[in-house]
Amino acid sequence: MTTIIEINHLVKHYGDVHAVNDLSLSIPKGICFGLLGPNGAGKSTTIEIAEGILEATSGEILYKGKSLDHTFREEAGIQFQATALQEFLTVRETLKMFHDLYEKTMEWDDLVSLCNLDELLDRDNQKLSGGQRQRLLLALALVNDPEIVFLDEPTTGLDPQARRNFWDLVKSIRERKKTIVLTTHYMDEAYELCDEIVIVDKGKIIAQGTPQALLKNHFGDTILQLPDHILSENDANSLGFKFVVRNNWTEIQSDNPDETIKKLIERNIPLAQMRLREWSLEDLFIALTGKQLRQ
Amino acid sequence: MKRFLAVLNARNLEFVRDRSALAWTLFMPFFLIIGFAVIFSGDDKTLYNVGVLNPSAKTIEFLDTKFIHAIEFEEQNIALDKLKHHRLDMVISLGSNNQYWINDSSPNGYLLERILWGTGGKPFTREIVAGEEIDYVDWVLPGILSFNIMFGCLFGVGYVIVRYRKSGFLKRLKATPLKSVEFLLAQMMSRLILMMVITMVVLVGSAIMVDFTMHGSYVLLLFIFLVGSVCMISLGLIVAARITSEELAGGLLNLATWPMMVMSGVWFSLEGTHPFIQYTAQILPLTHIVDASRAVMTEGATFIDVSNHLIVLSVMSVVFLGIGAKIFRWD
Repeated sequence: MTTIIEINHLVKHYGDVHAVNDLSLSIPKGICFGLLGPNGAGKSTTIEIAEGILEATSGEILYKGKSLDHTFREEAGIQFQATALQEFLTVRETLKMFHDLYEKTMEWDDLVSLCNLDELLDRDNQKLSGGQRQRLLLALALVNDPEIVFLDEPTTGLDPQARRNFWDLVKSIRERKKTIVLTTHYMDEAYELCDEIVIVDKGKIIAQGTPQALLKNHFGDTILQLPDHILSENDANSLGFKFVVRNNWTEIQSDNPDETIKKLIERNIPLAQMRLREWSLEDLFIALTGKQLRQ
Repeated sequence: MKRFLAVLNARNLEFVRDRSALAWTLFMPFFLIIGFAVIFSGDDKTLYNVGVLNPSAKTIEFLDTKFIHAIEFEEQNIALDKLKHHRLDMVISLGSNNQYWINDSSPNGYLLERILWGTGGKPFTREIVAGEEIDYVDWVLPGILSFNIMFGCLFGVGYVIVRYRKSGFLKRLKATPLKSVEFLLAQMMSRLILMMVITMVVLVGSAIMVDFTMHGSYVLLLFIFLVGSVCMISLGLIVAARITSEELAGGLLNLATWPMMVMSGVWFSLEGTHPFIQYTAQILPLTHIVDASRAVMTEGATFIDVSNHLIVLSVMSVVFLGIGAKIFRWD
């Protein structure tokens, strides 16, 4: 698969703070690429250097094999996590202004319908809901019909329904064979949208691959869950299980579920409320970094 | 050009729809002009200004009279020009020629002449100059228009760009092919157009509401305001080039505007002030806008007459713009 962005030995220092430490990665063309990491891990710095917004201390960023130049500016679409828009302008006027900044642009009607902005065009920028505002910001990122789109935590602060609607938009973009670089705090979002992810911590990549492959490689076992008032910590310990207690559930990690269930029956533990849970990216993240994602 | 026009249009719409800012920029000069017209409509001046030539030649009792303010001049023609426009009430030479001049249409000159005669000044020879009195409103109007341009340009460009930077809007623009010079020129042009339109509206409105005097060319007057606006916008760009704090921007812009408000001769003549003040005033762009526009309005000055001010403003604009563009930062 063709590489669209190549990051080689990227280093970024802020005084004594090493935000990015010799980070290298390649982003294949046409996929949704997720960049995950706890706050302060260096992912925002990495993505902003890749966007050409920040300058690196050392290392190189190549877009289609060349340094970031005017072509990159014309062909890249960027949605920052927080962007204020000009006051007193309507959605139509804001879109029009950004539309006129590029040589090549997406068809107006196509852009408006893709981002579901038809009914918002004459509304004041400042009178949009969170979800509507994110859709406008996405439209601004797509206005130049970009080859690569950077989405920096695009659904932070949105309600669940607005998040799901935004995911549908991202999937529509992916279907158009655009390359998407997504940073997010939401593991379900990364799992749902990303073809490949990297997990960054302390300025370095600690895992990379497809979400499914990463989970398969890190977790070979199964999780059995029982309420902690049914299977107490003492019982789980005495049965020799590998387990954690989380949110009032005792979670047993088992590579032989039949044997585990047999032990529970022998101990007369009621299994009516037992359930199986799949490993998630959140589990992987905690296993790799020892942190919750928002820490 | 397409990118420049896109940003220019967006900024124009933003300003025109910001009704509070528009109203302030438009109505503030009207309030000032009408206020001064009302306040200074009476003629209750209590201080008499007398220009003194050859001051070291001798002392005379007349100049020690209470309420007489003696202002020394080296050049006779400058002093007489001020007398002609009623900026002085009398000019007296203490040299061997023993002359004094009054304006034959000035009541103050008439009174001062009587005082001079009563304090041993009979030997002085009487000379007459003629010229209309300039009302304070006529005198202050160019200052208020220039003052409005200063505020509109400095805050309208400087403060707005800092707000854009703080909010992340500039960072968003940085992610587009827009070049910084295109962005800055669009901001400048937008403010320039708006300030010229507003200045013309204020001029027309003032002509309707206050019967001011205009001896020179309106085209030249607007050209002075145009050059002055470019200079002020360029100064605003220096303030806005890097900083991200609106509070700091406000402080720096006040730091730039207050000396100009006080020392550029907007509200009162710098005649008779300490030479240091007068020299310092010459490095302030507002001084040159005020002096040039006032010369056109009250004295009918031509392009050649005010060209020195225009040259200074142009040089300042180039320097300010160069520095502003050089140190400009998107984020």
